[in-house]
Amino acid sequence: MDKGLFLRNIEIFSKKGRLLSVSHDIAPGAVLSVMGPSGVGKSTLLGFITGTLPADFSAQGTVMLDGHDITDLPSHKRRVGILFQDDLLFPHLSVGANLAFGLAPGGTKTARRDKIAEALAEVDLAGFENRDPATLSGGQKARVALMRMLLSEPCALLLDEPFSRLDAALRAQVRALVFARAKARSLPVLMVTHDADDAQAAGGPIITLQAQS
Amino acid sequence: MRRPVLPILPALTLLLMLGPVAAGIWGALLPAFGHLPTAGLTGPSLYPFHAVLDWPGLPRAALLSITTGVGATVISLCVVMLLLAGWSGTRAFRTLERLLSPLLSVPHAAAAFGLAFLIAPSGWIARLVSPAITGWERPPDVLIVQDPFGLTMMAGLIVKEIPFLILISIAALGQAQSQSSVKVAQALGYGRVTGWMKTVFPRVYAQIRLPVYVVLAYAMSVVDVAVILGPNTPPTLSVQIVKWMSDPDLDMRLLAAAGALLQLGLVIGVLALWRVAEGIIAKLGQGWVAKGRRGKYDPILAQSALFLGGVSSAAVFLGLVVLTIWSFAGYWGFPDAFPDGFTLRNWMRHGPGALAALGETAVIAGTVSILALVLTIGCLEAEYRYGLRVTQRGIWLLYLPLLIPQTAFLPGLQTLMLGIGAESGRFPVMLAHLVFVLPYVFLSLSAPFRAWDMRTGTVAAALGASPDAVLWRVRLPMLLRAILTALAVGLAVSVGQYLPTLLIGGGRVTTLTTEAVALASGADRRAIGVYGLMQTGAALLPFALALAIPAILWRNRKGLRDG
Repeated sequence: MDKGLFLRNIEIFSKKGRLLSVSHDIAPGAVLSVMGPSGVGKSTLLGFITGTLPADFSAQGTVMLDGHDITDLPSHKRRVGILFQDDLLFPHLSVGANLAFGLAPGGTKTARRDKIAEALAEVDLAGFENRDPATLSGGQKARVALMRMLLSEPCALLLDEPFSRLDAALRAQVRALVFARAKARSLPVLMVTHDADDAQAAGGPIITLQAQS
Repeated sequence: MRRPVLPILPALTLLLMLGPVAAGIWGALLPAFGHLPTAGLTGPSLYPFHAVLDWPGLPRAALLSITTGVGATVISLCVVMLLLAGWSGTRAFRTLERLLSPLLSVPHAAAAFGLAFLIAPSGWIARLVSPAITGWERPPDVLIVQDPFGLTMMAGLIVKEIPFLILISIAALGQAQSQSSVKVAQALGYGRVTGWMKTVFPRVYAQIRLPVYVVLAYAMSVVDVAVILGPNTPPTLSVQIVKWMSDPDLDMRLLAAAGALLQLGLVIGVLALWRVAEGIIAKLGQGWVAKGRRGKYDPILAQSALFLGGVSSAAVFLGLVVLTIWSFAGYWGFPDAFPDGFTLRNWMRHGPGALAALGETAVIAGTVSILALVLTIGCLEAEYRYGLRVTQRGIWLLYLPLLIPQTAFLPGLQTLMLGIGAESGRFPVMLAHLVFVLPYVFLSLSAPFRAWDMRTGTVAAALGASPDAVLWRVRLPMLLRAILTALAVGLAVSVGQYLPTLLIGGGRVTTLTTEAVALASGADRRAIGVYGLMQTGAALLPFALALAIPAILWRNRKGLRDG
């Protein structure tokens, strides 16, 4: 079985014509950075991989994840995790409940509670279970969002401009954390960004998308 | 919501909303041409139209529909636009907005009774200034309420339409980037009002056009307000149609059907003329903009708009106050400003009847609103999952039941039900209410539902949540406040319905509104006070709950406090 996230001959079309084409294999633990000006379709590519391509677009090509063709699976069966520039923590749930939402089902109540506590401790947020996510700082929210996603045990990780809302000092810190955690779990990572520092820090290959005219 | 159900919900919703309207018009067409087998009449004949045209009151009744309808719409639209022009973004405006929002849910009938109790010759205002200023020892002999020109009725409509138009316009303003346009105009030396009228008004009007049409169609054909405040000899065309409908002589149903079609034609004709007038005003407006006048009279216009807006909300508030006083009043002789004493006797006497009516009202309003809410959420979720986007034409369909006068299709619907032997009663009344509740619930919920950040759904799905789980565990809880508000809107609309309950219920379904309006012909102000207050409470309480429940439930969730 071929581990990794393989993008095979993917082409995405908008109403005006071809938006982009990508063909690339991402090995476990590797990071592919996709760069390009805004409006070039970076986020649309991620939408295709997560199965949330907006209705105005069409696409062809195949997405293989750990040897399975996930191109036509519904979003929630793909096992592809995603982080956006906003934390998007569910505002009606506590920090702990947010993590429980992500945590893959199964296990006793205590075991689940322990896993959540462990995850919080892993990012220096021990004891934060009952906090209202809206009361956390930007860096804390980003860390909760990361752990929520990792607890769902994804097989690949997508990052959509994930650090662009954080200020410079925090940015390097959160970025290092995300890449370290992804590497520790041997996840293939696809990051779209317009920030050259991010791409540099990722340390993997970089694709630059050009506006198609 | 299983897969097979959700995609057909939009079609089902449209059918429930438009089916009764189409059936009602069909049901009016046949008897209008003399075909009513239940009464042993077979057409076609033009007798019903001849009979209606021969009715001596017709010219005046039709004219009254036009003058009160157009007058109320023009005046409330002007006041609202000048209010927005002169005051939007200021503290005075926010205060006024906060005062007006609850007024939106005060039922028309209660507001009309309150107004009547204020301005009648023996009303509260006359009592407060008599005999000290006026010298009146007895109520002066003038006809204020039910005046032959329908002026009081127009006032009753205006005080209720101002809050509606203002809240609709505020919702539209967000999309029109009004503040920056006005700032640019002011930097060019324009006054606030003139600058707003020249730059923002055209964009706002384009967005509130359909609601304005709804106000016009409603004001031209309203029945409950016309029964309470409108003239009697002759009444407006819509009231006369209802009179014909309730006549024991089945022949009169033919007249009602012909009258219904006439009313429909009248509304369509006036809407068409309004549309033409829009074009003319747009042309004139372009000339006005080109002239470059900066607006000398802006302060006066702004001040008078604020005054009129204040008077309008004060009229409704004080009306509710005087309803309250009457409901507790002991003996209250004429020039006295207040009753001799307060008593619970009125509530003891009318309370049991009002409570029974409240029960019926609650059962109907609750069922209809929840059904409307489920259908609305289903439609919006189907739109989200399957991309079944509502087009501009779809929006028109949504507004259609509100644009067709109630008196145009409800009589036909009742006659049709009679013809097929359907029992009148609670269930058909619910279906009739649904026609009016659905559009308002949909309009109330669709904006916040669509504004929900779709990336939240993507994240939840990426965490392994199925579409149903995303809906139930993430989207609906996050939208709790908007959902409860839409539910409250639905309840208020249903509570206020008069004609559907009266006609489709065949007089056997008794709600607070039918009871209150039935009291209009008598002179028992204490009973009206009790019923009017109960009716207002039934419409207002859900709004209070829609604010309180999320505030309590999400008291520890800062992120949802303003959403």
